Amino acid sequence: MIAFLLAQTVAITGGTVYPVSGPKIENATVLIQGGRITAVGANVAVPAGATRIDAAGKWVTPGLIDGGGQMGLTEIGAVPGTNEAFQSTSEVAASFNVAEGINPASALIPVTRIEGVTTALTWPTGQLIAGQGVAIDLDGPTIEAMLVKSPAAVLATLSEQSKDEGGGSRAGAAARLRRVFNDALEYARRRTDYTRAQIQQLAAGAADLEALLPVLRGQVPLVVISNRRSDIETTLRIAKEYKLRLILAGAQEGWQIADQIAAAGVPVLVQPLDNIPTYDGLGVRYENAGLLAKAGVKVVLMETDTHNSRNLRQQAGNAVAYGMTWEQALRAVTLNPAEVFGMADRYGSLEIGKVANVVVWTGDPFEFSTGVEHVFIRGKEIPLRSRQTELFERYKTLPPRY
Amino acid sequence: MRHLSAAVVLAFLVAACASARGGGGAARAATGSPAPAQTASRGADSSSVDRPQYPSTYQRHPNPPVLIRNATIMTATGQEIANGSILFKDGRIVAVGATVQAPADAVVVDGTGKWVTPGVIDTHSHLGVYAAPQTDAESDGNEATNPVTAEVWAEHSVWPQDPQIPLAIAGGVTTIEVLPGSANLIGGRSAILKLIPARTVQEMKFPGARYGLKMACGENPKRVYRSRGPSTRMGNMAGYRAAFIQAEQYRQRWDKWNKDHQGDAPQRDLRLESLAEVLRGNIFVQNHCYRADEMVQMLDLAHEFGFKIRSFHHAVEAYKIADILAREGTAVSIWADWWGFKEEAMDGIHENAALVQQAGGRPVIHSDDPGGIQRLNQEAAKAMYYGRRAGIQITRDQALRWFTANPAWVLGLDSIVGTLEPGKMADVVVWSGDPLSVYARALQVYNDGWLVYDRNDPAHQPKTDFSIGRQP
Repeated sequence: MIAFLLAQTVAITGGTVYPVSGPKIENATVLIQGGRITAVGANVAVPAGATRIDAAGKWVTPGLIDGGGQMGLTEIGAVPGTNEAFQSTSEVAASFNVAEGINPASALIPVTRIEGVTTALTWPTGQLIAGQGVAIDLDGPTIEAMLVKSPAAVLATLSEQSKDEGGGSRAGAAARLRRVFNDALEYARRRTDYTRAQIQQLAAGAADLEALLPVLRGQVPLVVISNRRSDIETTLRIAKEYKLRLILAGAQEGWQIADQIAAAGVPVLVQPLDNIPTYDGLGVRYENAGLLAKAGVKVVLMETDTHNSRNLRQQAGNAVAYGMTWEQALRAVTLNPAEVFGMADRYGSLEIGKVANVVVWTGDPFEFSTGVEHVFIRGKEIPLRSRQTELFERYKTLPPRY
Repeated sequence: MRHLSAAVVLAFLVAACASARGGGGAARAATGSPAPAQTASRGADSSSVDRPQYPSTYQRHPNPPVLIRNATIMTATGQEIANGSILFKDGRIVAVGATVQAPADAVVVDGTGKWVTPGVIDTHSHLGVYAAPQTDAESDGNEATNPVTAEVWAEHSVWPQDPQIPLAIAGGVTTIEVLPGSANLIGGRSAILKLIPARTVQEMKFPGARYGLKMACGENPKRVYRSRGPSTRMGNMAGYRAAFIQAEQYRQRWDKWNKDHQGDAPQRDLRLESLAEVLRGNIFVQNHCYRADEMVQMLDLAHEFGFKIRSFHHAVEAYKIADILAREGTAVSIWADWWGFKEEAMDGIHENAALVQQAGGRPVIHSDDPGGIQRLNQEAAKAMYYGRRAGIQITRDQALRWFTANPAWVLGLDSIVGTLEPGKMADVVVWSGDPLSVYARALQVYNDGWLVYDRNDPAHQPKTDFSIGRQP
């Protein structure tokens, strides 16, 4: 059966195709074979026996990728037994990889994917160094089957939220982060001394220091949540000192130093609809995503309310209303996250050889009037069913038939 | 209410709640004097001595007449007028239609390519009581010291310099109900406010609006009072009943004294005074309640004591009892899509508003959130289109009414605001495009005829004191 599904050939024909990697193509075909995209274009021969999806008048895009949230790690916000994202045993939890906390049977997964979000970054929520986030496809019977990239990045915080890990001061948190990095490097140089206990106590346990080595070698990106301009500048400074592959997250006042962020070549994860001022980000505003993109920063959009990850497209639409171009916004929910997290060889655009995560929309994906007609994840058509559609069916006429 | 932690940006944190006859003497008549009328709670049959109680000092801001022409005008009365015009003067809508004559002194606004709607109304806000920057110092929304605090009034917590207020104005909001939080079974009186820049909450108080009483079901009270009780849903119910039994006696004492004035006036009790006003029908019950079965318990509570629940709030399971809600005449103030942040919110579905509408009920899209209040038009649009895709033919006018006329009814102000009709208060929003599109933004917001916000004119972009010298 699985072999049959993998071998299945699907031709989505006649739609307006937005490959993201290139300009839109009218009346085009996307061909899916063996879970991959095997052809995209206006003149694609459809093999005999292919399942045809008529997309005339429809829009075809890559599946959306949400850069934020805890997909698979949270079921019911207020029920601790269903939340797996926070590991409280260490403030420096670099070795904490969330993957085995993921619940492939989570009700949130169908709710999300039938709205066109097919892939999500899923993050630990933690302290100075929260742990390792991973990328998952929103389909699959097992964790292994869902994983796209693990780790996608290590997540840290330099903001009001991590002051306490610095003894109550932002300066302390920055210093502690440097100590951890220095000790990780020290640990790498003197493993033997470490095992013989011939080394002074280090700023974190061996597993966590070990997990930071790929970050310090630039093999794994470090995502740092910083919002206040000065915190973003501190983060940029530290990233330069240690030659990190930095990704900023939040960056509420990032628009104020957009040129500096662009010059550093640092991508930014932004939630466009953030604009409520706090002392951690008094300058927060809707225009952040647009101003960053305009300055040349690679922007990835997020919907951090995991239960409504499906509102990523509303976030994107609002990013457009407040200054992004439509093309920038589409890229910021498809190819940009794929590039930023090192999976653009397989994800983020409709190109030959890429994993067939494809959505057929009735129109502009960012508009409320638009619905989802078809969702493919790894070439498999996803039934447009979720716990919520089933509740609707049960109660659409009253009284319900129990 | 849910709180978004600004710093833990990869996670959306969820903390607390998400958290009859029209105004007797309430509200100035639609075409009458602009002078504020008496508040409903000071009628002769109330249980308080006749003295001013924090009266509204609201005054209409002087403004020249305004004619917006060549716009698409959505009136919330079933009309969508292409190339239409609207004239308002002295805070009143004078004319709406295809051709409108303007007085010589009118400011003429070219509405070409723009949309015009009534001002947005939110039945469920915590602006001013959970003000930004959201430190403990501004946390004034839950008097979580007793399960029944009907004696507290939200207006005594409202901070007019909350920087979230101008953000909501920029979203087209003109009237809000500020509610106490949902920690308590009975949380206190709401404040009905004109959303305008002001030094005091009294200047914002909607003239003549009657108070609401916040009540809360389910998880929140039983969690907050776990150690002292109530700690169960049956404990919650016993708590409401005990309070209203006391209120019935209190009301009787006062009603008798008001009639015969024999002896000294009964001792005033602020807590029972609010509840007695509910029993008299002078205060509207605004009831935070998620689950269908619990809402029906609350309707029975209301029957037991002879009051009406004006609106359930949050009501993520309203669709399961849409027929009952329609029969009872109780509105529902709901989100388009929030769900899952706690167990009683697990069954939220996109079609909630549409199913309530279809059953003949009265849906309202509310915010309970300083972000959401800035885009109630978007949330209503989502709920409309999801309903349509599920086969429920919601009209654009119905969806517009979900954030204008219907919330006006929930607040008892539907004869004054909520639609664009001659004689109604000139609460008017000019949108850059179709307000049911994600790309539309409010360009101009008129509150009682006063241009309180203009996206293209910094002279009409109010800032609160909080923002001065701090926010670039």
